[in-house]
Amino acid sequence: MPIQYYIYLCLTLFSIGIIGVLTRRNAIIVFMCVELMLNAVNLLLVAFSKMHHGVALGSSPTTMVGIEGQIFVFFIMVVAAAEVSVGLAIIVMMYRNTHSVDINFLNRLKN
Amino acid sequence: MSKLVYLVPLFPLLGFLINGLGRKSLSKSMISLIGSGVILASFIVSGMLFFDVKANGASVITLFDFIKADGFQIPFAFQVDQLSSIFLLIITGVGFLIHLYSSAYMHDEEPQHYGRYFAYLNLFVFSMLLLVLGANYVIMFIGWEGVGLCSYLLIGFWFKNNDYNYAAKKAFIMNRIGDLGFLLAVFWLLFRLGTVSYGDVFANVSKLSSFDITGITLLLFVGAMGKSAQIPLYTWLPDAMAGPTPVSALIHAATMVTAGIYMIARSNILYTMAPATQTVVAVIGLSTAILAATIALQQNDIKKVLAYSTVSQLGYMFLGLGVGAYTGAVFHVMTHAFFKALLFLGAGSVIHAMHHEQDIRKMGGLKKYLPITHITFLLACLAIAGIPPFSGFFSKDEILTAAFGKNPLYYIIGVGGALMTAFYMFRLYTLTFLGNFRGTHEQEHHLHESPWQMTFPLIILAILSVFGGFLGIPEVFAKDAHSLEHFLSPIFAGSEKITGEHSHPAASQEYIMMGVSTILIAIMIGIAISRYKKYQLNTDENTGLSKVLEHKWYVDELYDAVIVNPLNAIAGFCKNIIEKSGIDGLVNGVGRLVGYGSRQLRLLQSGQVGNYILIMVLAMVVFVLVWFNDNAIMNFLNKIL
Repeated sequence: MPIQYYIYLCLTLFSIGIIGVLTRRNAIIVFMCVELMLNAVNLLLVAFSKMHHGVALGSSPTTMVGIEGQIFVFFIMVVAAAEVSVGLAIIVMMYRNTHSVDINFLNRLKN
Repeated sequence: MSKLVYLVPLFPLLGFLINGLGRKSLSKSMISLIGSGVILASFIVSGMLFFDVKANGASVITLFDFIKADGFQIPFAFQVDQLSSIFLLIITGVGFLIHLYSSAYMHDEEPQHYGRYFAYLNLFVFSMLLLVLGANYVIMFIGWEGVGLCSYLLIGFWFKNNDYNYAAKKAFIMNRIGDLGFLLAVFWLLFRLGTVSYGDVFANVSKLSSFDITGITLLLFVGAMGKSAQIPLYTWLPDAMAGPTPVSALIHAATMVTAGIYMIARSNILYTMAPATQTVVAVIGLSTAILAATIALQQNDIKKVLAYSTVSQLGYMFLGLGVGAYTGAVFHVMTHAFFKALLFLGAGSVIHAMHHEQDIRKMGGLKKYLPITHITFLLACLAIAGIPPFSGFFSKDEILTAAFGKNPLYYIIGVGGALMTAFYMFRLYTLTFLGNFRGTHEQEHHLHESPWQMTFPLIILAILSVFGGFLGIPEVFAKDAHSLEHFLSPIFAGSEKITGEHSHPAASQEYIMMGVSTILIAIMIGIAISRYKKYQLNTDENTGLSKVLEHKWYVDELYDAVIVNPLNAIAGFCKNIIEKSGIDGLVNGVGRLVGYGSRQLRLLQSGQVGNYILIMVLAMVVFVLVWFNDNAIMNFLNKIL
């Protein structure tokens, strides 16, 4: 499959994520949108990695060129998992205190 | 013996330190004992020095090097000679009597202020002694500034009254103007001769060009104008009446105003070599004498009359200096110190008895209440008016005779001034002591003679005022009877050598001059007494010339209009425009700008998470755009710049 399809899919996913983050006020949805953006980037990384690796395999069967992208994805997933746990904990605490998950309630420190 | 000269200024300095530091813990009697005692000790040492000088001649005592730099040095040295020993006796002697008098006069003050008063007084005497004793112009300048400072402190002694503070500031600033002239003269001397010691300067005076000498002497005279209250810097002295009355006596009689006379008498060779300056000195002295005498004719404050009479008498002294009668000027300083101190202390006694009433129109008839004050005051009036054989007659006559030898016009104007002196002094005397009492009943009930600490100095000074003149009996009466001239001759020998023998008028002519002036003065006294004996208190405004005289020729108003107000306007301009809107505007503007910027930036932090995210995303977009298009942006920038 041509690489363009992957890029369009990723752009679409990332844009959905951005629009979601910007427009929604529910903290959980915002959170999911952030995850969506992360995964869009992950998908792109994997796609490019596969592309470069495939090209390099043609000249040398044991090459490791282009494999870094896939390794990078694992790192992102680990970090994202940690981030999710922290973020969800914050949201739970927020709900306990305000009985709401609206991010616009999170401006109490302002005054 | 002259090695002990350092004790003379040391005693008052110690008194100043003890009274100044211990003013809160010492008792009043202790303070007055220390304050007066140190001056008495100085007086005793001065007396011993006087006889030592008389027997062994002059000497210079170097204590230590004051300034020592490559090429020149200024030693901290004391000049013990005929002139300084005479002044030492006047300063410490009259000064002691004033201290004694003050101990009673100031007794109503709180102990702390009483101590402050005596500390200032001692510092004043110390500064004056330093001025007189210094063996070079720099040491003299230290004392010169010191008396200026002390006069400021003492005139503003009652600092809660703002008018008094204003008078103190006026005295200080006027003096500073004169001091600048003095300082410039000293620098000029240093520049031309490389030394400021009297001995070296007077020995090398022939090395100076006539322009240099004239400039230096004129600048020195500017200093003397400030300190000795001559036109145009005289207006501070009458305002100096704001201080306590003994302070006025000290400033007017023993210290401060005689500094200018002393300085010129000390530098007599320089002045003799500069005839142009001498003419300036004589003319200014004579004009001051006349101007101040006319003002004194119409003053109603007992101390103001005396103040203007001091200015007038100082004018006579400068006339004497200007015509080369240095001995006469010093003689008049001495007799004036006696009778002017007596007049001020007598006035203080009157003011004390009248519960701080100073307007002579509200006095009268005090003769029977204050007998000692009355008699001594009368003697002082006779002395200052110049009735023989009181002291003022001899000294004033000596100056006027010398003035006649120089220019008969000086003599005629001078005698005119002397007539006015007689008139205003006896106007003052008559209004105060003769006629009916014009004050309130309460004041009349409380009238009393002053305690002995106040009357004793009056009696001593009265004796000196009466007999002080016999130190300088003129040559027409007895050959070589002028003991003061004989004593001071080494000081003025250099000048006499240049001018030659004074041209004395013939003996018969001198007798006629004396007789005529004495008769005229006696007539003036008669007129004054008869005119004011039946004085009734009226509050009508004076008109015509009297009004102008009462307002002191409007000189203060003139100075205000020409100098003070423009200066205030400039200061106001600097304060309001340059300071407030210029410098403050700049500094505050920077602060305001930062504050404004912060207030605007603060709006970004709205607390809305959505806004933060939007900004974050926009920033990321911009960042990506710039990152991938840096070449295009650089090209664009290069094109437009």
